[in-house]
Amino acid sequence: MRVVRVGNGQGFWGDNVDAPVELLRGGPIDYVGMDYLAEVTLSIMMRQKLKDPRQGYATDFIDFVRRVLPEIRERGVRILSNAGGLNPHACRARIFEVARELGVEGIRVGVVEGDDLLPRLGELVAAGHELRNMDTGEPIAPFVDRMTSANAYLGARPVIEALAQDAHVVLCGRVTDTALALAPLAYEFGWGEEDWDRLAAGTIAGHVLECGAQCTGGNFSRWWEVPDLAGVGYPIAEATEDGAFVVTKHEGTGGMVTVDTVAEQLLYEMAKPSEYVTPDVVADFTTIRLEPDGHDRVRVHGIEGRPRTGTLKISASYLAGYKASGQITLSGPRAVDKARLAADVVWKRLERAGVSFPEERRSVEILGIGACLPGVFAAPDDPPEVVLRLGVRDEDRAKVERFGKEIAPLITAGPPGVTGFAGGRPKAQEVVAYWPALLAREEVEDRIEVSVEEA
Amino acid sequence: MRVALSRVAHARSGDKGDASNVGLIADTPELYRALAAEVTEARVKEHFRQVCRGPVERYAVPNLNAFNFILHDSLGGGGTESLKTDAQGKTHAQGLLAMEIEIPDELVLRER
Repeated sequence: MRVVRVGNGQGFWGDNVDAPVELLRGGPIDYVGMDYLAEVTLSIMMRQKLKDPRQGYATDFIDFVRRVLPEIRERGVRILSNAGGLNPHACRARIFEVARELGVEGIRVGVVEGDDLLPRLGELVAAGHELRNMDTGEPIAPFVDRMTSANAYLGARPVIEALAQDAHVVLCGRVTDTALALAPLAYEFGWGEEDWDRLAAGTIAGHVLECGAQCTGGNFSRWWEVPDLAGVGYPIAEATEDGAFVVTKHEGTGGMVTVDTVAEQLLYEMAKPSEYVTPDVVADFTTIRLEPDGHDRVRVHGIEGRPRTGTLKISASYLAGYKASGQITLSGPRAVDKARLAADVVWKRLERAGVSFPEERRSVEILGIGACLPGVFAAPDDPPEVVLRLGVRDEDRAKVERFGKEIAPLITAGPPGVTGFAGGRPKAQEVVAYWPALLAREEVEDRIEVSVEEA
Repeated sequence: MRVALSRVAHARSGDKGDASNVGLIADTPELYRALAAEVTEARVKEHFRQVCRGPVERYAVPNLNAFNFILHDSLGGGGTESLKTDAQGKTHAQGLLAMEIEIPDELVLRER
């Protein structure tokens, strides 16, 4: 049976920049997926695009393309990414510039559009779409003017279309991470739009791959069993037409692929396991069968899916005030008591300056005594040092900036043994709040556009 | 035998808005059945009482010998809104694995 190899070289914007190059060069591979968009990344890209109409995409992707373009042209390996962000056309133009600089000809780049709903939000609300926040139940109407991004998660279909038009590189904005694996498999094997079990299988392959090294030994709870984590290989799914696939990595790379590493990743960021809803299919994770298939190979099969739903998930974001956090290290005897005193001093000095924050809008964490999981781990009696981390949040930027000025004085006007204050005063950062919602799929799908151009 | 969950299971956690999820995977089908009675929603809620302010939901994933726990209202607002160091629940799996449970001696397979 013919095997198609789909890998993931980038689990998020900020992941190892050499990993996708090594994935490409380390052995046989047909498609490489690259994920750059976290939930609020598009909001940041919106601001970049407003400042400069040539920005608004994942610029790291260009660095990657520069390193590999001649090679992917030569070998026919195809790259799929959401790096297009809010400006896939600008991203494509930049790739074509890079191709010219490198003297690479005949590169075809596809752009998938139609996910950006920000310009249409008012119109959609006027037409009766409530776009209620899936977490709080609130309708979006009172927030429309504050929204800084609103994007629908697209599925595999437009990506398949770009592949059918022979794109070497497909640039999307908001698209499901799983579609970057499902699309090449559905395209190569000709899976139908209602072949629910196979679509679910491709989706689950995508879920296993989407966080890069998290299925090959990264973030594994039995980390001491993982060989050569420094050289960890990024994952590959070797899929066949029947929907079964083997999770593996290139020979000679570090990390490991076992039933345990794959099972952990299957449950990562999971809600209801029997209903994993994507634009393409509802995948049932309670049908997955895992079995060892040799060294660093796990076979995944038996997957079942159900018909897709009538809605698409919308990921919107809005500005919700400002926040800042700063930290100092306290060393020596009674470090914890000194940290508590230092925190108290900060709040009291702010009050003297006429600035106060309600309890739920400020945080005090003493790192080193179990602050991440209070009540779960026993705190050590008298640790030789702790890190004090203070944070505030408020609608009023000036208040947040004022807080930022109150950390450094602890060095000379606080308890003894204060060090580790680096990086200057904590700055007020915009809080970009997340607004997940559902929208009737035809509102989006009727306007998706795919264009493939060659340079 | 009283053991930490880490002796008989492994886990991974992540975020879903202001909730975290912890996927807990037992080492064998027998252990999975034993954990069903030990690692209940109520026990997990109690274990994370200072972390999780909402309810705990448990879903069975028997084909993976696993349970998926959802810890609602656990991340101080979640995402970029949270002031917590662990705003994404990345540490919650490590926390759950420290929970102590009662397991028949013969089911505990190996030293870890």
